Amino acid sequence: MTTSARERPPSLEVRDLDKRFGSVQALSRASVQFRSGRMHALLGENGAGKSTLVKCVMGYYRADRGTILVDGTEREIRSPLQSRALGLGMVYQHFTLVSQMTVAENLILGRAHLPAVIDWRSEHRLLGEFMRGMAFRLDTGALVASLSAGEKQKLEILKQLYLGRRFLVLDEPTSVLTPDEADQVLGEMRTLVDRGMLTVVLITHKFREVMRFAQDVSVMRGGRVLLTTETAATSVDALAQLMFGGDTAVGAAPAMDRTRAPGDVYCEVRELNAQGDRGTLAVADATFALRKGEILAIAGVSGNGQRELVEVLAGQREATGGSIRVDGRPYARSRREMQRYGVFLLTEEPLLNDCVRSLSVMANLALRRYDQPPIAWHGWLRRRVLRQWAEALIARYRIHASSPLARIDTLSGGNVQRTVLARELSEDVRLLILQNPCFGLDAAAAAEIRAQIAAARDRGVAVLLVSEDLDEVLELSDRIAVMSGGRIVFECERANADRYELGRHMTRSADAQPEAA
Amino acid sequence: MTGAAGIGWYGVALAIVGGALRVSTPYLFVSLGEVLTEKSGRVNLGLEGTLLMGAMTGFAGATLTGSPWLGVLAAGAAGAAFGLLHAAICNLPRVNDIAVGIALFLFGIGLAFYLGKPFIAPRAAMLPALPLGAWSDEPAVRAALEISPLFLIGAALAVALQWGIANTRLGLLLRMAGESADAARALGRSVNAIRTLATTAGGFLAGVGGAFLSLYYPGNWNEGLSSGQGLMAIALVIFARWSPLRCLWASLLFGGASALGPALQTVGVTSGYYLYSAAPYLLTLVLLVYSSSTRHALSGAPSELSISR
Repeated sequence: MTTSARERPPSLEVRDLDKRFGSVQALSRASVQFRSGRMHALLGENGAGKSTLVKCVMGYYRADRGTILVDGTEREIRSPLQSRALGLGMVYQHFTLVSQMTVAENLILGRAHLPAVIDWRSEHRLLGEFMRGMAFRLDTGALVASLSAGEKQKLEILKQLYLGRRFLVLDEPTSVLTPDEADQVLGEMRTLVDRGMLTVVLITHKFREVMRFAQDVSVMRGGRVLLTTETAATSVDALAQLMFGGDTAVGAAPAMDRTRAPGDVYCEVRELNAQGDRGTLAVADATFALRKGEILAIAGVSGNGQRELVEVLAGQREATGGSIRVDGRPYARSRREMQRYGVFLLTEEPLLNDCVRSLSVMANLALRRYDQPPIAWHGWLRRRVLRQWAEALIARYRIHASSPLARIDTLSGGNVQRTVLARELSEDVRLLILQNPCFGLDAAAAAEIRAQIAAARDRGVAVLLVSEDLDEVLELSDRIAVMSGGRIVFECERANADRYELGRHMTRSADAQPEAA
Repeated sequence: MTGAAGIGWYGVALAIVGGALRVSTPYLFVSLGEVLTEKSGRVNLGLEGTLLMGAMTGFAGATLTGSPWLGVLAAGAAGAAFGLLHAAICNLPRVNDIAVGIALFLFGIGLAFYLGKPFIAPRAAMLPALPLGAWSDEPAVRAALEISPLFLIGAALAVALQWGIANTRLGLLLRMAGESADAARALGRSVNAIRTLATTAGGFLAGVGGAFLSLYYPGNWNEGLSSGQGLMAIALVIFARWSPLRCLWASLLFGGASALGPALQTVGVTSGYYLYSAAPYLLTLVLLVYSSSTRHALSGAPSELSISR
């Protein structure tokens, strides 16, 4: 299993890699060298070509041109099986664990040669010995479903190490972790690198992680590797300049009127309870109040009841207790009430949850308004009015679609997001509920959507921003509430917020009592 | 209550126990087969058709060879062929396992009627019974404890499957395919191959269950033989929460319910006979309503099943 820990971990070099998908040149003459026993950050925006580069190395894609050298020897890697045989491993952004199985079962399953009958006693002993040699440990008998996101990330890494892979690619490993968990996972990876056990490639867009943990860094943009250098020899400003191509406005926070005081309470949620898909209590006594003209952010690690909370507010899930009041009156989430109180929302995975996939962009834009004048006329749809109205929205929100009649699922993620936002940010919005509105977007699209949200707030809209991205929360919000184990466990003004303190509240145990600062 | 009536009611209880041991076997085999299939992430609703095909093939095999055990094997082979067919069709892209199951359910019934016509009259070599009640002088006890070896094989199989799912390579691969196809693919395992194997094995077991119907109890071949037992066994899997051992207990419960009508008849309660015969169907309804919820998914259901998503 742990093949000769004293041997040097693999080095890897790619030379002049080209890869084209249809009309998009995903990689053009990309060259980079990952040295043995180093932690190397691959920095770039979404769509810069980082994932394509490593997927070519791992054998998921075949490059159109170029060479790959492992330990100085040229290799042709045609399939993931071949990259595995060379000791190259990849830790994915999404987890590839079986949640209804134990840690031990998940580790054992990856082995090439499983015995027909498994002697669990000796396997647990061997796994225990293996864990002792690692920087982090997990209870081998625990069910994966009971692990926190950080522990799952560690298990993914342990799985690769257990299988004897000594060259690891980590694809945005900290996107689901709190700052403390991220520091811990990356710190422990760095320890293994420093012991000469591993070569690590860290795909990221977070400068903080690059400067703190990586020894080497490469910046990618538009399918090219622009620079490879030692981290100590560069600065955040220089890297940002390269990454965004000198467009400094892209990374900046949106302009907001911070001097204006928020208005009256518009939406009040008291002791709200709701069950999750498996019948457990997913939202537990959630209480908060939202004022006009403010953004209340609900921060938290994914899977702590945020999805269920938004579903209850959206009318997609029944509450088992508590009350929701909008504008001082009880709110039963009917279509009529949504229109009366101006409640609009953008949930996570909008293509799945907010759109009808097989309908056109125009039809999806009309979902809120098709039954009202001027689009509706005594029960009839006025297609010409609808078309003009849709075209105006498509132009205003710069939605790239081949035609208003194109199916919504042919659009890119950013354009789907813009389509839903165009529908939900209509003139009569008074309460806007957003869940991870910028997830998976490149920096330019994200900045644009954040600017729209900030503008809505300045117009006096009450905005509830449920987000797992702490940077986004700190950038956009006026107040921050932390959700953990279905409860609101902490609340503070943005001005007094501390990244690490918020992170600690995110991982507090579920039975902790709410407190205020 | 008088003494005579007391013995009578004791007789009813004994008859229900005996009925449970006798009638439960097809439920047990079909539900174990369905557990295997569903653990791999697919539902095979065609097992009612497979059960009837097994009954017909088993009866024909026993008639033609003179050996009931060769009949059981033939029934298993026919069931396996049906399982393989279900799996092969479901391996094609964008095919729904539920729809394929319903098609095979009807196809199996039709094919069994068509091929089984010549065997309706003769009587085949029956499976032997083990007289586990021979120690007793009471004929009621003897009758109740006359047990088919197939039941014992099924009970042993339930224990073996329960153990094997947790402790063998095949068991782990089966669960992985049913819980996360993505994880299986990321490890380079073929999800389709695992599901094909599981569905074929599940079909084999359902076929053997059918052989019990035609070769032991009721022990003949006719077209109304299975009377929905294959479908109820699938419902029973949900009630048993995908656990082979719980399938054993649930099968006994259903068998006992089926024996309620005949048992009451023995003490002279004849009114409402057909109502009592409906007991297993009623039990299915009650249990499914009881174990379902509008608020959350079923616990223990393999995540890849179409009912879980």
